[in-house]
Amino acid sequence: MRNDFPVKFDRVCEVLDKHKCDPNKLIAILQEVQEEYKYLPEDIMTYIATALGISPGSVFGVATFYSHFTLEPKGKYVIKVCDGTACHVRKSEEILKVLEKELGLSGRKKTSDDMIFTLETVACLGACGLAPVVVVNDEVHGSMTKEKTIELLNRIREQEKQENNK
Amino acid sequence: MEIFRAHVLVCTGTDCAASNSVEIINTFNGSLIKHNLEKEIKVIRTDCFGACEDGPVVVVYPEGVTYYRVSLKDVEDIITEHLINGRFLSRLMVKRSEAEAELPVNVEETSFFKKQRRIALRNCGLIDPENIEEYIARDGYQGLAKALTTMKPADVINEVKISGLRGRGGGGFPTGNKWDFAAKQVNETKYVCCNADEGDPGAFMDRSILEGDPHSLIEAMALAAYAIGSKTGYVYVRAEYPTAVKRLKIAIAQAKEYGLLGQNILGTGFEFDMEIRLGAGAFVCGEETALLRSIEGKRGMPTPRPPFPAIKGLFGKPTILNNVETYANIPVIVHSGGAEFAKIGTDKSKGTKVFALGGKVNNVGLVEIPMGTTVREIVYDIGGGIPNDKAFKAVQTGGPSGGCIPANHLDTPIDYDNLIALGSMMGSGGMIVMDEDTCMVDIAKFFLEFTVEESCGKCAPCRIGTKRMLEILEKITSGKGELSDLDDLERLAVAIKAGSLCGLGQTAPNPVLSTLHYFKNEYISHVVDKKCECGVCKALTNFFIIADKCRKCGLCAKKCPVGCISGEVGKTVFEIDPAKCIKCGACEEACKFSAVIRK
Repeated sequence: MRNDFPVKFDRVCEVLDKHKCDPNKLIAILQEVQEEYKYLPEDIMTYIATALGISPGSVFGVATFYSHFTLEPKGKYVIKVCDGTACHVRKSEEILKVLEKELGLSGRKKTSDDMIFTLETVACLGACGLAPVVVVNDEVHGSMTKEKTIELLNRIREQEKQENNK
Repeated sequence: MEIFRAHVLVCTGTDCAASNSVEIINTFNGSLIKHNLEKEIKVIRTDCFGACEDGPVVVVYPEGVTYYRVSLKDVEDIITEHLINGRFLSRLMVKRSEAEAELPVNVEETSFFKKQRRIALRNCGLIDPENIEEYIARDGYQGLAKALTTMKPADVINEVKISGLRGRGGGGFPTGNKWDFAAKQVNETKYVCCNADEGDPGAFMDRSILEGDPHSLIEAMALAAYAIGSKTGYVYVRAEYPTAVKRLKIAIAQAKEYGLLGQNILGTGFEFDMEIRLGAGAFVCGEETALLRSIEGKRGMPTPRPPFPAIKGLFGKPTILNNVETYANIPVIVHSGGAEFAKIGTDKSKGTKVFALGGKVNNVGLVEIPMGTTVREIVYDIGGGIPNDKAFKAVQTGGPSGGCIPANHLDTPIDYDNLIALGSMMGSGGMIVMDEDTCMVDIAKFFLEFTVEESCGKCAPCRIGTKRMLEILEKITSGKGELSDLDDLERLAVAIKAGSLCGLGQTAPNPVLSTLHYFKNEYISHVVDKKCECGVCKALTNFFIIADKCRKCGLCAKKCPVGCISGEVGKTVFEIDPAKCIKCGACEEACKFSAVIRK
């Protein structure tokens, strides 16, 4: 594991250089780093703090304040169920329940053991015309029903199987 | 310039794109080539028309015929029937309200559009957002040119003051006054910021403007910068809106290329440049001081006001912050004059307001109406009423900071002050329609869950108070409520409103106060009768089998996970034992004859 780090830090250095180690750009730096690693590893946050000349606490503070940052790795498919008002009154909770049951996940356990699925809720994606909405990675699926949700899951699973067979 | 005999406009807003509209454009282009029509008919990628429920939407000009729910296989028909034979395809035209006698031909004649007046959304759905020339052709950057060449900064502010424009994002503070405060500060560095962190669940007009007409924001921010004497702007956009960010980036690059951003704009020596900052998912960053902290790279926690940002804002410098919709009105105000804008609307609320109509209503989408339009006109005339003949219960406006407007206030003309008088607020303009099946206690709980999750934790009334309120609501919806809980809720609500530091906390109790005020009977039936009439709160719901409808098939008993349904297949009517029932709803789902009901 440790052997990977020299390679990994290269990318962090690039991001830091691009933003000229400006502490005001901390959020943008963390966003780009997370883009690369899919989460914010602790060592890297400490490294960023040193590079920006601020305390590691400030970096952790920002990383834990905003909901987009994650300190743990996420699954390959991040499924977000919108629970905005429009989706809520059109029964988004039922969709969430179906997904929780199918994936064996819950409010506490968000990522499946095989690191394929992460299940989250999100407050309003602004696609209220299609309520209720489910987003898989960046793909929006609208007017969801329980049946369509299961179909969607099966499609992803099928796709996974094919990729593994290759 | 090439001249085309017809234009086909295809919406690629988030909702329509999710329904395959990008593929539709490709198919159109391919088919037109096949028919040798590519030099006669042009396909244009536009953004949101506002009719999101019936997407993908295709409009064919010059007639302005709108086709809804267009699928890939309809493309060929539109080309052969409409574009070649000149016959409209009535099967894809939709009657969007009972008020329409026959199928409307022109999009602007539909009841959905007729009562609307589009200023902020003037270009949305009409132009290609990734082409600056289409914006310029619609009088774009004319306001900026007029201001830079013929007006002093003070004249611009004066025009905005005359227009009576008030902030469209929440509080409704007069925009001209805000600019004036910042203009009067003597400082080398000032900032112009845009709040595009549209966090209210159920509101998506800012997203639509950014996706459909990004140049109007750029022009407005340049005008604001000229008015207050700033050289730098920041747009703070939600990361949840990737298309909006992409289009805004393209627009900024194009504006730079055309000399409308950067140094020496239009040869006048005026200098202005802008940057995009991405939000990272914190609702509280919609509050102005929190947003500015977030642009600085810090935790987005509000700071006390005064000092107001206009005096001491971003990096301690004078800063003005407006939301996207507010800015979208500015180019029109400067170009056609504030007095013209002030003719629209009511006494104290001028112009138009965009609402994101959603929930239990037939026509979901974005509607822009003159201030003073009644709730009834929006829900019934524009929205086309409630689906499935259900009864209207309330509309919720102002998101988690707002409240509900019940049926007896349907005829209230909408403006800032009327909404506040009803215990709601304009907020950013989400308007969610609720029908008889929506439980108001559940709605209050829903919004409280949201504020508890999003409270930044800085001040105690909001951090602890909202959590306590939520606990009481959970107690009520799980059937353990007492009458004294209702008083406690109200006392807490008043204290949180008075004691919180920022707008988020000060308005967080509004959904509870407003539902308590208008729907106290629902709270009482939850607490005293232990019943949820709408069948939403599970713990207070019981499942029954209607004897007359039961066909004795036994499917429900088969599906019941706890075996609480008894009966003999083909012989007796099935029955649910309420003592054993875990209220999972499996029987209701299983029954093919709708014999299982919840009460």
